[in-house]
Amino acid sequence: MPMIERKQVIPGDVIAKGNHRYGPYIEKRGDEYVALRVGLAEVGGDGVKLNPLTGPYLPRAEDEVIGKVVDINGFGWVIDINSCFDGFLPASFVFGREFSPSTHDLSSKFAVGDIIGCRIESYERSRDPQLSIRGEGYGRVDSGEIVKISPTKVPRLIGKRGAMINLISEKTGCDIRVGQNGVVVINGSPEGISKSANAIKMIEEETQAPDLMTRVEALVGGTGSG
Amino acid sequence: MEGQEVGEGKTKLIDESGKRLDGRKWDELRPISIQVGLMKNADGSAYIEWGKNKIMAAVYGPKEVHPKHQVLPDRALLRCRYHMAPFSVDERKNPAPSRREIEISKVIREALVPAVIVEDYPRTAIEVWVEVLQSDGGSRVAGITAASLALADAGINMRDLVVGCSCGIINNQVVADLDDTEDKEGSGDMPVAIMPNLGLVSLLQVDGIYSREQFQKAFELAIAKGKQVNALQRAALNTRFFGGEAKTTQVEEVAE
Repeated sequence: MPMIERKQVIPGDVIAKGNHRYGPYIEKRGDEYVALRVGLAEVGGDGVKLNPLTGPYLPRAEDEVIGKVVDINGFGWVIDINSCFDGFLPASFVFGREFSPSTHDLSSKFAVGDIIGCRIESYERSRDPQLSIRGEGYGRVDSGEIVKISPTKVPRLIGKRGAMINLISEKTGCDIRVGQNGVVVINGSPEGISKSANAIKMIEEETQAPDLMTRVEALVGGTGSG
Repeated sequence: MEGQEVGEGKTKLIDESGKRLDGRKWDELRPISIQVGLMKNADGSAYIEWGKNKIMAAVYGPKEVHPKHQVLPDRALLRCRYHMAPFSVDERKNPAPSRREIEISKVIREALVPAVIVEDYPRTAIEVWVEVLQSDGGSRVAGITAASLALADAGINMRDLVVGCSCGIINNQVVADLDDTEDKEGSGDMPVAIMPNLGLVSLLQVDGIYSREQFQKAFELAIAKGKQVNALQRAALNTRFFGGEAKTTQVEEVAE
């Protein structure tokens, strides 16, 4: 079995030397790979990686996010996606090509304050991210409890191929939807929702615990109520 | 006395056995303790006690820039505010920013900017607030040390941590880490901030009269002491995130 080296690093630390492929939050200086964030670095077969432990959500194309409508203008909706940039959902993506500001009423589709599940269509440095609701499951979120976690903890909450989130979902009988921006929507029975929310908070607080999966299982316990 | 040649004050700051007023040797630092991540409502924060200094640093952002005309299209706007609480000194200080505080805000910003990768956050603002709750000598370097930890805690991409230390001249002798009395009565103060892993200096201010040799000695001493403070700074950040020293482990790769 190939071995991976796991390192706890802070900004300025050298993760590895030599010639590797490397991911985000890493800078190459000469033949050294330097961490730019506090996080867990991995040096292994597929290069140098850094999973940050703290930080804001920065949009990436293809991310699924959950946001809130904060403003409507003539051409679309401005959506708060829990980032330093507001997302923009153009009306033509919702009404189609024949959209005209005079015939369509934008607020009848999504009003200010609505929660919307959407996908980041495109994002460049020079412009705010553009959102889209094309595809299955996107659109207004009508019910559920919203829990916010740090966006850097989202991969841990989802787990390997969805293992963690499926576990919580199965045990509590809730439908849980996770946005890459750290917004989580839980639907289900009141007890289920409170159990899931507790489990999610625990994952956020104890991201690094090695036995996290078993502890989450103990917390949500028993069989689901729905 | 040799010490009375250059701009000497009234107090004798070093005795015959080489001890300073608070009992330190010439190259000794005051006690330092640092904590990271104490403020819940800030994106990142740090608290430092350095001698009698008690300084809180908080970071907010990246966030939208207001007023809008200040937006930088290709990078983040880093804003710094150094402020002394009215109760931080013996005689009540007017809370309005003084000339000195405005200057220190500027130099702190300029000391931090080279470490922060501002290009990663275009069109945003990152705000750094340095609040001095109790002041002693060397509060700007303590502020820089805490502010860089707060930035790392906020998860802003950084090339390196920034750490500061001041040196100076008292009784015509180069010493490390001046306290308030030594700063006022002594004849020179030299705050230096460095990025230890990059080996770069990001702040160098000097006042007083130095000979070439004294300047060289003070500058090198400030860098050496800065590295010593950096060890404490790293330990504080590691404690916050890893509950102690940073570890390296070998694990077997899980086959996909």
